[in-house]
Amino acid sequence: MMHEIITLRRIIHTGAVNFVRNAWLAAAAIAIMVVTLTIILFSLITNATFNNTISQIASKINISVYLNDSVSTQQSNVLMSQLRGLSEVKSVSYISKDEALAEYKAANASNQSLLEAINETGGNPLPASIEINPIDPAKIDQVKAILNKPSTINLEDPVAGTSYSGDRKAAIDKIASATDVLRRVGVVAVILFAFISMLIIFNTIQMAIFNRRDELTIMRLLGATTWYIRGPFIVESSMYGICAALISVAFIDLVFLLSSSALQASSLGLLDIGYANTYFHRHFWLLLTGQLFIGIVIGAVSSVIATRRYLKFKSAK
Amino acid sequence: MIELMILLDRVTKTYGKSSAPALDRISLHVEPKEFVIVVGQSGAGKTTLLRLLTREERPTSGKIIVGGVDYDRLKDKDIPLLRRKVGVVFQDFKLLPNRTVFENVAFALEIVGMGNSEIRHTVPRVLDIVNLRGKEKSMPAELSGGERQRVAIARAIVRQPKILIADEPTGNLDPKHAWDVIRVLEKINRYGTTVLLTTHNQEIVNKLKRRVVTIKQGKISSDRANAEYKI
Repeated sequence: MMHEIITLRRIIHTGAVNFVRNAWLAAAAIAIMVVTLTIILFSLITNATFNNTISQIASKINISVYLNDSVSTQQSNVLMSQLRGLSEVKSVSYISKDEALAEYKAANASNQSLLEAINETGGNPLPASIEINPIDPAKIDQVKAILNKPSTINLEDPVAGTSYSGDRKAAIDKIASATDVLRRVGVVAVILFAFISMLIIFNTIQMAIFNRRDELTIMRLLGATTWYIRGPFIVESSMYGICAALISVAFIDLVFLLSSSALQASSLGLLDIGYANTYFHRHFWLLLTGQLFIGIVIGAVSSVIATRRYLKFKSAK
Repeated sequence: MIELMILLDRVTKTYGKSSAPALDRISLHVEPKEFVIVVGQSGAGKTTLLRLLTREERPTSGKIIVGGVDYDRLKDKDIPLLRRKVGVVFQDFKLLPNRTVFENVAFALEIVGMGNSEIRHTVPRVLDIVNLRGKEKSMPAELSGGERQRVAIARAIVRQPKILIADEPTGNLDPKHAWDVIRVLEKINRYGTTVLLTTHNQEIVNKLKRRVVTIKQGKISSDRANAEYKI
């Protein structure tokens, strides 16, 4: 056990020393890895932001059934309990005529002429309504089925009827398809750049092997095990990964820092860009750990492949 | 029956398909603590023989057993363990140029996972054996050829191998330094290590009066005790 610890310490030490010595050789490998990891991080944050926007808009979508004034409390309760029983429905609430009026007044508090117009009518022209919050705005077939029954239509206000918030649904569809495209582009870009980084690290390690081939031959002849020779190269290339992960996270952090005021001020239509910043900082440690992990894996795998052929024993008869 | 240190049984090594074999059905027995000199002209097959013994090459046919290890059953991953039992010295020394004498010898111990304090204790004692005490901090470039070869021997014996294989260790040295190296090999042999030495140096062979195995065109042409150099 003691031997293993000593050996492991030597492997890490040798790898670290070689990393420092090969710093310039490693620059290209680290640079391409920074690009790869930044793309990964960027994709993650963009994806989270788009999903956040979708769920935000989705939560605002509801179906309002406007009732005519003759509907009794019992009738509306029956309809509501029918709707509540559906698996598609998250919640159902009742908005009375008075509540509707209060809401309307609050929403138009600044528009004096509208308020006066309402007051002039004397009574309350606004209908009571049932508000249905679907779980997924795209799946409301069961709700529609109930609402389209003649018995339900009889209860509805003939003028206002039912509102499905159609424009919002179209917006959701647009964002969802954009997210989908972006996710695919992200995956392709990540795979492509991960592959390029591996090739470049592969080359860097091969060059390092070439520089030290005499030493490796001697180690071999003296009876060093494959892992004793290979270990330092893996440590070295894992350190490229660690450097690249730190740089990419720092880079994204810097971008948010420099653009934070601009982000807060602007908003791309429905898209809540400010959330990207919030997401990044809320999950900072998780993202950093993930980046380190990916960087180390890319580095280690490519150096294992790079050292493989070189470290084979001659087995030909 | 004494267990043999080296056993070669009808070993043949052919490079390429149609060429003549570098070694042709060679059989050789070496007992523990023997000092064996292998002679032969360049291209006779000496180096091939040693490369088979260190398992840098595999024979085309035949059996090789060294220190009780049957090479047919030796897996690639166990080759490092074999090489730790067999010390090897090369004509071109194969020292690490950017490390000191001490570090070069310590290197062999680091590989097997020996602790630093034990290494600090062991290395000077071995440098004593090869008469290099006081040169610990020298770089290989600052040493003479003979001194460098003795560093290489120190590195080969520091793990106390059962066998020391020396491939033309005096090939690059002038007579005085060559003898320094040979004296060290004799000393190691007296301590109980089997030594297998290849050389071209007629004077050394004749003065040593040891067992001499002559290889000619891939075959053993003579194998005699207390022999003189004759090709």
